[in-house]
Amino acid sequence: MHLADVPLILLLLGLAAYAVLGGADFGAGFWQLWGGRGEREKSIREHAHHAMGPVWETNHVWLIFVLVIAWTAYPTAFASIASTLSVPLFIAGIGIVMRGTAYALRSGAATAREQRGIEVGFAISSILTPFALGAVIGAIASGRVPVGNARGDLATSWLNETSIFIGVLAVATAAYLAAVYLAADAARIGRPDLERAFRVRAIATGIVAGALALGGLAIVHDDARRIWDGLTTGAGLGAVVVSGLAGVATMLLVLRSRYEFARVTAAVAVAVIVAGWALAQRPDILPGLTIEEAAASHSALVAVIVGVGLGAVLLLPSLALLFGLFLRGRFDPHVVEPEPVRVSAPRAAHVRPQLGLAALACLVVGGTLTFFFETSWAHIIGVSALLAFVGLGFVALAALVAAGDQSD
Amino acid sequence: MLAAASGVFGGVDQQYLDQARQMQALSFAAHIPLVCFGIAFPSIVLFVEWHGHRTDDPIYGVLARRWSKIMLALFAVGVVTGTILSFELGLLWPNFMATFGSVFGLGFAVEGISFFLEAIFIAIYVYGWGRLSPCAHLLAGVPIVITGFAGSLMVISVNGWMNHPSGFRLEKGRAVDVHPFAALFENDYVWHELVHMYLAGFIVAGFVMAAFYAFGWLRGRRGRYERTALVIPLTIAALAAPVQVLVGDWAARDVAKTQPVKLAALEGLGTTEKGAPIHILGWYDGKEVKYGIKIPKLLSFLSFHDFDAEVKGLDTVPADDRPPVNVVRFAFQAMVGIGSALALLSIFYLGSWLRYRRLPRSSWFYRAVVAAGPLALAALICGWVTTEVGRQPWVVYGVMRTADAVTGASGIAIGYATLALVYLGLCVAVAWILRRLSRVPLDPAALAADASR
Repeated sequence: MHLADVPLILLLLGLAAYAVLGGADFGAGFWQLWGGRGEREKSIREHAHHAMGPVWETNHVWLIFVLVIAWTAYPTAFASIASTLSVPLFIAGIGIVMRGTAYALRSGAATAREQRGIEVGFAISSILTPFALGAVIGAIASGRVPVGNARGDLATSWLNETSIFIGVLAVATAAYLAAVYLAADAARIGRPDLERAFRVRAIATGIVAGALALGGLAIVHDDARRIWDGLTTGAGLGAVVVSGLAGVATMLLVLRSRYEFARVTAAVAVAVIVAGWALAQRPDILPGLTIEEAAASHSALVAVIVGVGLGAVLLLPSLALLFGLFLRGRFDPHVVEPEPVRVSAPRAAHVRPQLGLAALACLVVGGTLTFFFETSWAHIIGVSALLAFVGLGFVALAALVAAGDQSD
Repeated sequence: MLAAASGVFGGVDQQYLDQARQMQALSFAAHIPLVCFGIAFPSIVLFVEWHGHRTDDPIYGVLARRWSKIMLALFAVGVVTGTILSFELGLLWPNFMATFGSVFGLGFAVEGISFFLEAIFIAIYVYGWGRLSPCAHLLAGVPIVITGFAGSLMVISVNGWMNHPSGFRLEKGRAVDVHPFAALFENDYVWHELVHMYLAGFIVAGFVMAAFYAFGWLRGRRGRYERTALVIPLTIAALAAPVQVLVGDWAARDVAKTQPVKLAALEGLGTTEKGAPIHILGWYDGKEVKYGIKIPKLLSFLSFHDFDAEVKGLDTVPADDRPPVNVVRFAFQAMVGIGSALALLSIFYLGSWLRYRRLPRSSWFYRAVVAAGPLALAALICGWVTTEVGRQPWVVYGVMRTADAVTGASGIAIGYATLALVYLGLCVAVAWILRRLSRVPLDPAALAADASR
């Protein structure tokens, strides 16, 4: 393996994570579109909303991760893709803004009508965004993005058979993943009615997504021959087979309500397809541009690999913590414990004049060093002292303010 | 400076270059106030929670809990507007990305990681109220503060590099011999920008929050809860605002050293002068400032601490290499003017505490605080206009022109109009949610506990 391949593997891992986790997010939005005014329909939508609340921002960051690796490690390819596919990427961006806004707004909705309006906006953007991102993948896979500044066709590069197929498949996959995960969450919080509702949806969308994937291979055969060849031979074929088996296994597990395993197999079914695409398309990223040619210089690649590697040491345990809490139901609505009633009387914080004096000393020293001296050491100490003034001064004054409560 | 890089893709003829720049500026102006809240809100909320534990006073817990909901809503909007910015780097400036992505990309890669951690812990913190032990909950907030700082360091390091590029060589329009670490972190231009922006975060978030409660104060909402909610953000902003004057002066001296043309544009200095003056207000007519209030020799003193120092004028570079002077100059003067006014207001407020140990009583003070919120936002935007428009016509100072960085795609005007509409909607939406969240009645249990005191 060449050094130039390492960031690509990181990028594909990020893309697979986004396809699974971000996909489930989009799917949860998809299920808010189907409504009805009844209590049951309402609780289905509520569930789809609440289940993703704590993790959607984290799931979204995978997209940012993919973007930054792409432009650091393969800048020419990234810039060619972004300029030719500016329309679908912009649509995806607008969809992301609408989704985020809807998330922020939902907690403020007071009436059923407001809530429904927000939900519809959320659902539409949750369909638009994965479709547009799928169309981007389709454009790259079918070789419609030439190297250069917006050299490809702004319309046909992403409005073509392969792009539309992958866009629709992305929406269907998202709905399927979300249904599996929401059924699992419903089982955890003890809502058999919701569990049944999403189990049915999981199986229905699983069949649709599977049929779409198989039917779409015909499109790939005609329109993206290179990908077809890659997916029907060697490692690419292996990925397709694994994905199919994982999809069937998910169905069986969902039917038997074995959701914890179904979560994993559903994720594998989707993630493996990302790997299959990469295997089928290698060694070219864009027509006439191989991975090695697209890669940045040695030092830039090393920097990004080391940076991400060190970051992963912090990131992976943090992700495990968040998803551990989330999947063990610690964020579920019913586990909120009431705040313990306090019996002790509030204590006033001590007013410490020496803290205030220390803050003033920091201000004088910091101001002098920053203003009158030119060396970098004086500036480092001076600016640190100024920041210390803000911090110390705040703690000193906060105690004073609390003490002032009684006297005012 | 004339040997500008045409980049990997070569130049294109883009008739909508100005629209592309405005679209980027709009996206930036929408995002940057949210960044301030990302920087300052976690520390403020965490302090309030900690202070509540320390004093056993339930009102701080109520306050921290309510603020953390607003913090999460603003973070969500910040996440998506930040995503638009990162998309636009590729959509609008592909030649910039293709040519220099490998030089500064490391900054964004680390930013991506710190943003990841921020999203993880903000979720744990906000959803963890009452579900984690008090100590674990407090600890979950610490990474949000650290990653907020790390994220600004990374983004500023890229901006610092664009203003003062290093860590690569140009060969046939391409960046070779790339040293990303040196480019981003061995650059003296980063540090004043970082400190200036970090303090701005506290000033903007502090004054905007204080403005809400000062408005309520004027309408008679002066309970213990409201009083605490007013005093905490106001105090932190009031401490940061005077310090910002010193830090801003440091920043200007660094600009004088590394970007003399920008400094000349800030002050409307047409020709190189010894003992250069400063003009307050006025208009730059292409040669000099007309109708301004002139203070002799002050520019030389402020820039180099020497009343007779030589300050380079705009005439040191060809007309094509100069930024639009009046835009930059107006933005700079507005920032300095507002910043100084906020510093004076802060000193008055702090003086009132030190002298009388109480809040000022005049209702004019509270009116001034109400005005300080939007003014602080305006100063923030003006500051970024100063540094970003002041860098023009370069996207990478002295290396690549913005006109060479732009996309060759058509339809920029349509994208710009769409984004403007969407962001207008976003503005309305944010105002709506803040209003709604502020009207949720206070937790009755906590108020009862307070009333029994």
